Amino acid sequence: MQSSVQTTPGLGKILMLVLARDLRLAVRHWDQVLQPLIFFVIVTTLFPLAISPALDELRKISPGVLWVAAMLASLLALESLFRPDVEDGTMEQWVLSGQPLSLLLLAKTLTHWLLTGLPLVLMAPIVGTALGMPQSVWPVLAATLALGTGSLSVLGAIGAALTVSVRRGSVLLALLVLPLEMPVLIFGARAVDLAMHGEPVAGPLNLLAALLLFFVSLGPFAMAAAMRISVES
Amino acid sequence: MWLWFHKLSSPPYAYRTAGLVRPWLFWPAILLMIVGAIGGLVLAPEDYQQKDAFRIIYVHVPSASLSLMIYTVMAVAAGVGMIWRIKLAHAVAAACAPIGAWFTVATLVTGSIYGKPMWGTWWEWDPRLTSELILLFLYLGYMALRASFDDTQRADRASAILAIVGVVNVPIVKYSVVWWNSLHQGPSISKLAAPSIEGSMLWPLLIMMLAFILYFGAVLCDRLRGEILRRERNASWLSESLA
Amino acid sequence: MLAQVAATSPQPQLEARAVHLWRGEKHLLRGVSFALYSGELLQVVGPNGVGKTSLLRCVAGLLPTESGEIVWQGQQLPEGRDEFHRELAYLAHVNGLKAELTALENLRFGVSVRRAVTTEELRETLQLLHVEACADLPVRALSAGQKRRVALARIMLTRASLWILDEPITNLDKAGIALFEARIAEHMRTGGMILTAAHQLLLQGQPGVRTLELR
Repeated sequence: MQSSVQTTPGLGKILMLVLARDLRLAVRHWDQVLQPLIFFVIVTTLFPLAISPALDELRKISPGVLWVAAMLASLLALESLFRPDVEDGTMEQWVLSGQPLSLLLLAKTLTHWLLTGLPLVLMAPIVGTALGMPQSVWPVLAATLALGTGSLSVLGAIGAALTVSVRRGSVLLALLVLPLEMPVLIFGARAVDLAMHGEPVAGPLNLLAALLLFFVSLGPFAMAAAMRISVES
Repeated sequence: MWLWFHKLSSPPYAYRTAGLVRPWLFWPAILLMIVGAIGGLVLAPEDYQQKDAFRIIYVHVPSASLSLMIYTVMAVAAGVGMIWRIKLAHAVAAACAPIGAWFTVATLVTGSIYGKPMWGTWWEWDPRLTSELILLFLYLGYMALRASFDDTQRADRASAILAIVGVVNVPIVKYSVVWWNSLHQGPSISKLAAPSIEGSMLWPLLIMMLAFILYFGAVLCDRLRGEILRRERNASWLSESLA
Repeated sequence: MLAQVAATSPQPQLEARAVHLWRGEKHLLRGVSFALYSGELLQVVGPNGVGKTSLLRCVAGLLPTESGEIVWQGQQLPEGRDEFHRELAYLAHVNGLKAELTALENLRFGVSVRRAVTTEELRETLQLLHVEACADLPVRALSAGQKRRVALARIMLTRASLWILDEPITNLDKAGIALFEARIAEHMRTGGMILTAAHQLLLQGQPGVRTLELR
């Protein structure tokens, strides 16, 4: 047998491999990558139209609007997180690769965040300005989104792994994931709101960071367990 | 060998046991409910602040505790089913979900009925009610996921993961909602909590609590039997016992 | 004493013992057993819908068995599952290739997850299967047969001792089948094992080639 002594790549190497592959795929599908971001901008545009063009009124609800829109955009991008890989059989290969599936899926989740969470962090201040949000809040807004969208990506990935084999699973995915994400929304949107009122935000920011750590450390195991069930079909 | 025996024997055994236990839970539950209702609605004195409106706590508080307790039971059963690969545990989890969801609905309805005279509105974003609402969403998600799989075994395991993720999230939801609410008003505002309550008001509440738990047990037995029948519809023990 | 026994009668590397599987209402596999020794090719045959794919997926560890055991080198799975998977190359009906990536990119990723590999090695293997011209084309642009050959190249590159292949020669032309049979014979000669589901038998009559019929 040729295979008795085979050096398997280290975990960091695998993380980079998955990241490089998914980013390369994203570059070849850049139109699909942009869609959630355009969606984010469109949703935030709906509120002035539906409520009032008066910046005073919009300013009051801007943290909530931005956060809800970010949550929905993150959710929208989840649909394509695992589905293509499951459909073309690559996911099966990962399950059988002898490498920790939780790590492979965490790497994919990280790509999801890089492609949706991070652009949202960068775009939110601009959109926030259009809703009358003062510049002084930008750092807090970016910080809450950076920490919060990470949690959203992990929770969303668990839901995506659970529903990937279900036909027309996108509504189901929203039903599963949104309630789990509500605490993140609460801390994120409220922290921005507190910042707008000039109040200290260290508390909710710490909580968001704690949630992120918690989800990143335990979430991948739930993803892997869910994915093993999903590839059975 | 043991596993084989265990697997083969346990559904009929569980089916019969649940049938035997059920009346021993159901009738005491009814009896206690009557006692509790008399105690709470007739014997207990009127609240000096809330008048007769407070009496809804005799339904609301037990429902609220049960809704949370059942979710925990469900998640523990799901976890047991995952770790030890016991099908019966999955059946218990599946049977728990609709019962828990109904208790959650009961909590929300009684809470909103209570809110009308207390706050003047049918719905108040009270932290307890809000977290109950999120709990209802968690139950609905669990049942929707279960329903979306054709294969019972995959439904069992997928929904078990969701239940476990959900139960880990429940304290986080609870805490976040309390924190969220405290930004607007003091955390002690929730009148549905009964921190200091007089003895004559308390004992019917405890009786009602016990009654509800027994009632849950009885309904669980019923649902579990139904669940076992559905899962074992092709098994030989069933056709033998029906013949 | 034990070592002596092992020396005289070689232990099977892979064993299935009384595997049962239900799919929904259907009792698909009813106590399937087999043993696979080093250097053997076992071809699972039977009509459509008899459970060939399910059996392969069970053995690979993609499907949990209802009852029965899958034993790899004396260890009952899922115990030691990761070690087993490192020795396993699995090819399904689908090729497991990304349409947007080139053949070379697909192989590089598919193999690098398991071991370090050089571009020359990848190109050489593509050459063995006569698809070196496809190396830098996106897989989308390849014909069905070419895709299958690229997928088979991945199996060969994995350097696994056990190949589980679900109808490996689908879409292959005569020349492709001949090439592939040569690779299989080579794998068997170096002590490898192959488990396939097949409608068309490979290497018929050769030593070490057996069939398992499902009913």
